[in-house]
Amino acid sequence: MSTLVEPIGQGEHREWEIAAPRGWFSLNLREIWESSELLYFFVWRDLKVRYKQTAIGVAWVVLQPLLAMTIFTLFFGRLAKMPSEGLPYPVFYYTALLPWMYFAAALANATNTVVEHQRVITKVYFPRMILPFSAVLSGLVDFAIGFILLTGMMLYYHLVPTLAALLIPVFLLLAVATALALGLWLSALNAIYRDVRYVIPFLVQFWLFASPVAYPSTLVPAKWRWLYGLNPMAGVIEGFRWALTGHGQAPGALVLVSAGTVLLLLVGGVVYFQRMEGTIADMV
Amino acid sequence: MSNAPIQIEGISKRYKIGQHERYLALRDLLTQTLSAPLRLFRNGSGNSQQPTADHFWAVKDVGFDVQQGEIVGLIGRNGAGKTTLLKILARITKPTSGRAWVRGRVGSLLEVGVGFHTELTGRENVYFYGSILGMQKREIEQKFDEIVEFAGVAKFIDTPLKHYSTGMQTRLAFAVAAHLEPEILLVDEVLAVGDLAFQKKCLGRMEEVSKCGRTIVLVSHQMNQIRRLCNRVVWLDNGQVRKMGPTAEVASAYETALLSREDGGQRPADGPKVKARFLRWEIAEPRNGNPHVLKSVGPVKVKFTVEVNEPLRMLHNGIGIYNAENQLLWGTATNIASLEPGVFEFVYDLAVLPLKPGPYRWRVSLYDEHRQVDVWNCCPDMLIDTEHHGHPYDGWAGLLNVPNQFAIYDEAGSRQEVRAVRGALWE
Repeated sequence: MSTLVEPIGQGEHREWEIAAPRGWFSLNLREIWESSELLYFFVWRDLKVRYKQTAIGVAWVVLQPLLAMTIFTLFFGRLAKMPSEGLPYPVFYYTALLPWMYFAAALANATNTVVEHQRVITKVYFPRMILPFSAVLSGLVDFAIGFILLTGMMLYYHLVPTLAALLIPVFLLLAVATALALGLWLSALNAIYRDVRYVIPFLVQFWLFASPVAYPSTLVPAKWRWLYGLNPMAGVIEGFRWALTGHGQAPGALVLVSAGTVLLLLVGGVVYFQRMEGTIADMV
Repeated sequence: MSNAPIQIEGISKRYKIGQHERYLALRDLLTQTLSAPLRLFRNGSGNSQQPTADHFWAVKDVGFDVQQGEIVGLIGRNGAGKTTLLKILARITKPTSGRAWVRGRVGSLLEVGVGFHTELTGRENVYFYGSILGMQKREIEQKFDEIVEFAGVAKFIDTPLKHYSTGMQTRLAFAVAAHLEPEILLVDEVLAVGDLAFQKKCLGRMEEVSKCGRTIVLVSHQMNQIRRLCNRVVWLDNGQVRKMGPTAEVASAYETALLSREDGGQRPADGPKVKARFLRWEIAEPRNGNPHVLKSVGPVKVKFTVEVNEPLRMLHNGIGIYNAENQLLWGTATNIASLEPGVFEFVYDLAVLPLKPGPYRWRVSLYDEHRQVDVWNCCPDMLIDTEHHGHPYDGWAGLLNVPNQFAIYDEAGSRQEVRAVRGALWE
């Protein structure tokens, strides 16, 4: 057996100063960047565990939005006769449910992630911010699978995406940023106040109806529509639907307001999480 | 300013009392926010220094340096602050006040197998665990075969961990950890796991690692491990440094303090009446406050009280002294023609007992007509609390404590005037 131990002095030399938390904000971006490989492993592990544990695995990822779409189509579409911007109901709802379900799941995962990994947190150091990041990123795989289904659906309805489809990554990024921003806040809060997680299902439910999932945002009076953008998911869903199908009008002001809101939430979330980082290991 | 890999200056850490219920409920937040609206933004540990009744200091004003290539042991009772200090150095938690500098790549082993998931295969767990310990993917790939071989689980590496025995899981985890190659290694009690053979393998690995210039801070309750591995020991008591210095000295002082709390030397009355048995033992001479603490290298008189209930015709009495590693250091035996019922003192008069400071155990036995009558591992241990005359590092001090002098003479036999100081290599 080879037990070769390499001499020291490999890699760059680094020095850490350990001191009581002070100042208002000190984010070590370099360190987070250097942990990108660990982030990858967290996402990778999360996916492996998730797909191994559920009996129907990947099928569940496809079934969830499909079932939701069916119910929305039946009740909000066929029965309530909701306007759908000229889109077939299944497409109208699926295009909204796909980002929405990503967001809802990412938010719940991110909220629980710090508490879930408490054993790791109390025994090993790594930039804690990786946890909400990975929770938000691993949901993208589900999203991708759902997206493949969506392309099939669009083929079926002979819907040809316009050039606007190129903007889809932008709206997706906005969705990720929204989930991350809230995830940072809520995961840190959940570590301190354990009942935060019980609030999440209610939050998600209210938020669903406050977002243009079941209805188009055109139901909101045009004068106030930009204000509706204060709900970042409104910008995401409207933008996503528009970019993909080309129906309706470009939600310019709405998306800009959403992006601004997310940016504020995200900066606040990073600051708050970073403030709590040093004590999280004592709390969980 | 020093360039030591670890430099600690007045580190303190305060916790709230009752930390088991550390987290709160949101409703508490609501009431608190009403009374102090900015609390949410204040850091949990707080910077305020005022002492409050519901706080305690887990670590208080601790400071020392660890030099490159040194293995420093942290010892102390449970709750003395050893793990908290290690966690501060590993950056898992922040100190309330004070500063420390850690220079180099740090690996912390506070628990073996952190993040192991039973649904994942051995291979998958090796990758994740390696990564969380701070290894790069490339590094894990390179060492993968070596790790699996070290753990001895090659056949099961693609089997989910839930089918592993606990021993196998531990071995796998430790194998990963053992191949972590940081410049500074912080280890908490993890060597207490696994079977003896595997423990030995790990100890060997750690020695090897430190010989390559790596710095190790080790928390352990196993004093023989501390004695074997460490150059220096820091003894923490109630969060403060009680004593630090060469391993032999501090370890013995610690053990003395630990054992001096147990009193008596009386053997509990037990079972049915036997032919004969030992009742108690003590150091008859030289006497000091505690009859189980020896403060000289000799002469020594040790006394064992024997209760004889039936006449003994072919009596045989054995005696031996063992060290903390259970090595027999000296033993002898005596045949005694006969002894009538009664209570007797068996007294051994020893010209010298030049043992290193530390705890030792007498073991005495009684046989009659080739049959064992009583064997007693004397309790409490005998503590030797003498000045240590050996090498400051355990590895070079040996088993005995021999008072000695040193001088240099020339060929003509006249003593040379040189200045000589005992100790480790020139620094």
